[in-house]
Amino acid sequence: MQPINLTSASAAGKDFVEKVRKASGVDVKACYQCGKCSAGCPVAFAMDYTPRQVMRMLQLGLTEEVLKSHSIWLCAQCETCSARCPRKLEPAKVMEALRIEAKKAGFETEDEIATFNEKFLRSVASNGRVFEAGLVIGFNLATVRPFKDAGVAPSMLANGKLKLLPHKIKGRDAVRRMFEKAEKMEGEHK
Amino acid sequence: MKYAYYPGCSLHSTGIEYDMSSQLVAGKLGVELKEIPDWNCCGASAGHTTNHLLGLALPARNLAIAEKEGLDVMAPCASCYNRMKTSEVAVKSSQETKARVAEVTEMEYEGKVGVKSALEVFVKDAGLDTIKSLTVKNLGGMKIAAYYGCLLVRPVGIGFDDPENPMTMDDMVTALGGEAVDWPFKTECCGASLPTAREKVGLKLVYDILTIAQSVGAEAVVTACPLCFMNLDMRQNDLNKKVDNANFHLPIFYFTELMAIAFGEKPAKAGVGKHFVDTSSVLAKYNLK
Repeated sequence: MQPINLTSASAAGKDFVEKVRKASGVDVKACYQCGKCSAGCPVAFAMDYTPRQVMRMLQLGLTEEVLKSHSIWLCAQCETCSARCPRKLEPAKVMEALRIEAKKAGFETEDEIATFNEKFLRSVASNGRVFEAGLVIGFNLATVRPFKDAGVAPSMLANGKLKLLPHKIKGRDAVRRMFEKAEKMEGEHK
Repeated sequence: MKYAYYPGCSLHSTGIEYDMSSQLVAGKLGVELKEIPDWNCCGASAGHTTNHLLGLALPARNLAIAEKEGLDVMAPCASCYNRMKTSEVAVKSSQETKARVAEVTEMEYEGKVGVKSALEVFVKDAGLDTIKSLTVKNLGGMKIAAYYGCLLVRPVGIGFDDPENPMTMDDMVTALGGEAVDWPFKTECCGASLPTAREKVGLKLVYDILTIAQSVGAEAVVTACPLCFMNLDMRQNDLNKKVDNANFHLPIFYFTELMAIAFGEKPAKAGVGKHFVDTSSVLAKYNLK
């Protein structure tokens, strides 16, 4: 990493820090870098930047690096960091806001996770509920490993844990409208 | 007591045992459950990490339907519970959010009803004395690790139990005559969808939880979440194949299954025969079959 001029870097990141504050309610400037979030994070071992580093990078104006990080996709949203932050900053909410911004900017560094979430929501938008068999099959086909977890399918079918057809709720049109409206309104609300 | 029942997508599929055993326990405790008519998915993590407003609105539609019926909601799934609670708190604490959510759902949700987890309703509200008085088959000292997972004791500052060292399920195990083992992984995250979407990362989390539970001498793990259950139960076989020296055969139970069995129901009626990991040996050892 290149040396960073703190004065100019943090000035450059000011607008984005404000954007994150509006979206998440978290003022990342208040983070004093104790690292409690990273110590408790169950997926920090797999991240390119720990939650503490993500907070620091935002303070330093390293906006694009953060939006291109894998960390914001790997975050499992378990909220352990948020429960432990001595500054009550809720890093999990920051991760949520960053993932949404990354998606808007076209940075999806974790294809599989992005694909899974997309298939999940598509299932909800068309049925009103998640159709798990369809979701897993669709996901496996999209990620080119059609037989992942296929071994468990027969016993799950026998035990009533897997349905062959989706349950479509009566209000599915209302649910679909909710998706459209939420997308439109979040686009305008900045 | 009467609640609007929100099973969520999992309890109608992979978490079918949780649904079956919750219904049995509700019957024994005299809790009436009325399923929310035409409920929709809460959106889970995929929803709120894609669109914040959508993540609040999807649960709000269900809360609005429950509010019309004048009933608080009981949601057994920890993830559904967490999303509904987040939506409830957001609507209650901001008029602007309330208006925006109403615009999306095209329904009014005033925040007059709220959501409780099944653990709260069946254990905390019912009370340990009631649970003891209904117990006809003692768990006989079975060593059980109470695993709460992450979302059941969140969102921050709102949960019904301590976020770091919850005791509701431990107390239930003790009341049923089991031995709740002390262990440090009570609220560790199981990875939720990560074992499916990002296998290597997700499986490590499951591996660690199972390893620690085994190392403290647990003969079984008890959970209150269908995602935790599926990851801990279904992934043991995966881990045994993929990880050197892994040899897990640790029975996983929903807390409602243990309650139903202790209250005298046949394990099969509570859905216990549908698990991936065999439960018959441990149930036989304690004369619970």
